[in-house]
Amino acid sequence: MKDGHAPRRKLLIVIAGLLALLMITPFTSSYVIVLITHALVFAILAMSLDILLGYTGLPSLGQAAYLGMGAYLTAILAARYQFGLDWTFWVVILMGILIGAATAALFGLLAIRAGGVYFLMITLALAMCVWGLAYRWNSLTGGDNGIILPPRPQFGIQLSDDVTFFYLVFGFFVVSLAMLYILVKSPFGRSLEGIRENELRMRILGYNTWLHKYIAFIIAGGFGGLAGVLWAHAHGLVSPEDVTLATSVDALLMVVLGGSGTLVGGAIGAGIVVFLREYLSTLVPWWQYVLGGVYVLTILYLPGGLMSIPERVRGWRASSPGRSLSDLRPTNS
Amino acid sequence: MDTKFWVIQAFNGVSYGALLFLLASGLSLIFGVMRIVNLAHGSFFLLGGYVALTVIWTTNSWLLALPVAALVIGVVGLLMERVFLRPLGFDPLRQVLLTVGFAYLFQQAALDIWGGDNLDIVPPGMLKESAVVGGVYFPMYRVFMIGMAVVMGLILWLTMEKTRMGAMIRATVDDSEMARGVGIDTSRVSMFIFALGAFLAALGGVIGGAFLGIYPGLDFVILPIAFAVVIIGGMGSLTGAAVGSLLVGLADNFGKALFPEISYFTIYAPMVLILALKPTGLFGRE
Repeated sequence: MKDGHAPRRKLLIVIAGLLALLMITPFTSSYVIVLITHALVFAILAMSLDILLGYTGLPSLGQAAYLGMGAYLTAILAARYQFGLDWTFWVVILMGILIGAATAALFGLLAIRAGGVYFLMITLALAMCVWGLAYRWNSLTGGDNGIILPPRPQFGIQLSDDVTFFYLVFGFFVVSLAMLYILVKSPFGRSLEGIRENELRMRILGYNTWLHKYIAFIIAGGFGGLAGVLWAHAHGLVSPEDVTLATSVDALLMVVLGGSGTLVGGAIGAGIVVFLREYLSTLVPWWQYVLGGVYVLTILYLPGGLMSIPERVRGWRASSPGRSLSDLRPTNS
Repeated sequence: MDTKFWVIQAFNGVSYGALLFLLASGLSLIFGVMRIVNLAHGSFFLLGGYVALTVIWTTNSWLLALPVAALVIGVVGLLMERVFLRPLGFDPLRQVLLTVGFAYLFQQAALDIWGGDNLDIVPPGMLKESAVVGGVYFPMYRVFMIGMAVVMGLILWLTMEKTRMGAMIRATVDDSEMARGVGIDTSRVSMFIFALGAFLAALGGVIGGAFLGIYPGLDFVILPIAFAVVIIGGMGSLTGAAVGSLLVGLADNFGKALFPEISYFTIYAPMVLILALKPTGLFGRE
């Protein structure tokens, strides 16, 4: 980021990528459209996690909880009360965000106090509470079988059409990306980054770091809830499977694979993980080797994620002419 | 709901807690020494059960399966720590994701080798009987589980309190930097603890296989319960693991018997309560 135009150029690349996605997707096969829609839903979840992991330095292992709360709320309202199947869909969206945020507000009280590995463990355990309820509270959640949703809402437009629904999810994705981008560029986002880098220093400077982290936690929960509402309608079935540890861990992988602290990286990671889980699993029986391999290889060889590749390539290019010289010199690094 | 009901449920809870102790004590020690959240710990449990099945199928000996499976998985754990975890250094997030990657790899390997059926480990006939005390039937197998956990717990406790290795482990749990400073080879301690954790989890898998069954997905079913134990008891504490196992075992059994609809909640709710009151768990240190 040495020249001032770099951020603008990155922004243009992202916009071009989004436009390309928007233009090309409707002309692909119906299966690919569904796949991309699922990827976009998880991209929202991954970006919400990136606020915690990439910008605040809080590795949450429980992001599936908020997705689950939003998804179950949507499914229960739709299947039981036929609520949210017309214009009230927008009310459900709002309720989904609120329930995600409220859950995060509750969990945050317990989790934020802890740091590092304890935070990982506690968020994991809290998400398991949600899973336990989803799995066992048969009369409300349908237990292991989950809840099958009625056809998607219609309010002038037919969301049951996969292309229309893709446009809707795409819209939510872009709005989420824009809002989160503004958030991380805001003074509040900058203080989050400060907390990530050195919390003690921020506290000495007079920042209420607990409150900053708590608010970030709630915001992430809200976007997680939004992803949940969209996931319920995208998948048509909500089951405890959606709230398992695997979902939370996958969300973490998405962020790390794409590159944490970049927002867009999480979206790219979501695309790859959804592709592996949903597409590759239909092709080959040994797809879990690929998924597991991606985990291991990312961690060992690509700690900065895919988004760090251009930076690395540039690093190579910059260092290659002087390489023979610098190799001879002893270095500290 | 007479006394009989309470006695049987309490007995079942304690015996389930005994199984959890085998699984969670290793997880807790690994966490205490290495600060690693080992998400492949459930895989060690499951793989232990599978390896035991292979041993039983080939040699027809359940008694032999017990140590063989635990040792094989112990070696797997040792290799995993040496080859992959050690080079990462201290980075909780990357270590967690790496163990998840391994959990998926193990899951797929188990599926390829042992298939997707629900298998059962059949204990020897002697353990299939029940003891009758005061009109209440106590299955011998559950008595055996409790005995096994008590024996392992005692061995662990003696090792931790009375041996040089134990002292080194305790020092590393308390302050690994300081321990390194006074000349303790913490890398060696970590290797030992990770292998020991895998060993204990696999032992749990062989023993638990007889009453939980052995099936794909069991690894991720049992893992969060082990985490609840560790969080309640306090990470890195052996006493904590024992008390946590008992609490969770009892909470699970009484939860399922009394409030089936929220039974998993009865495991995790006490955990949340303890977290709220004492974030480091009952016996954890800052």
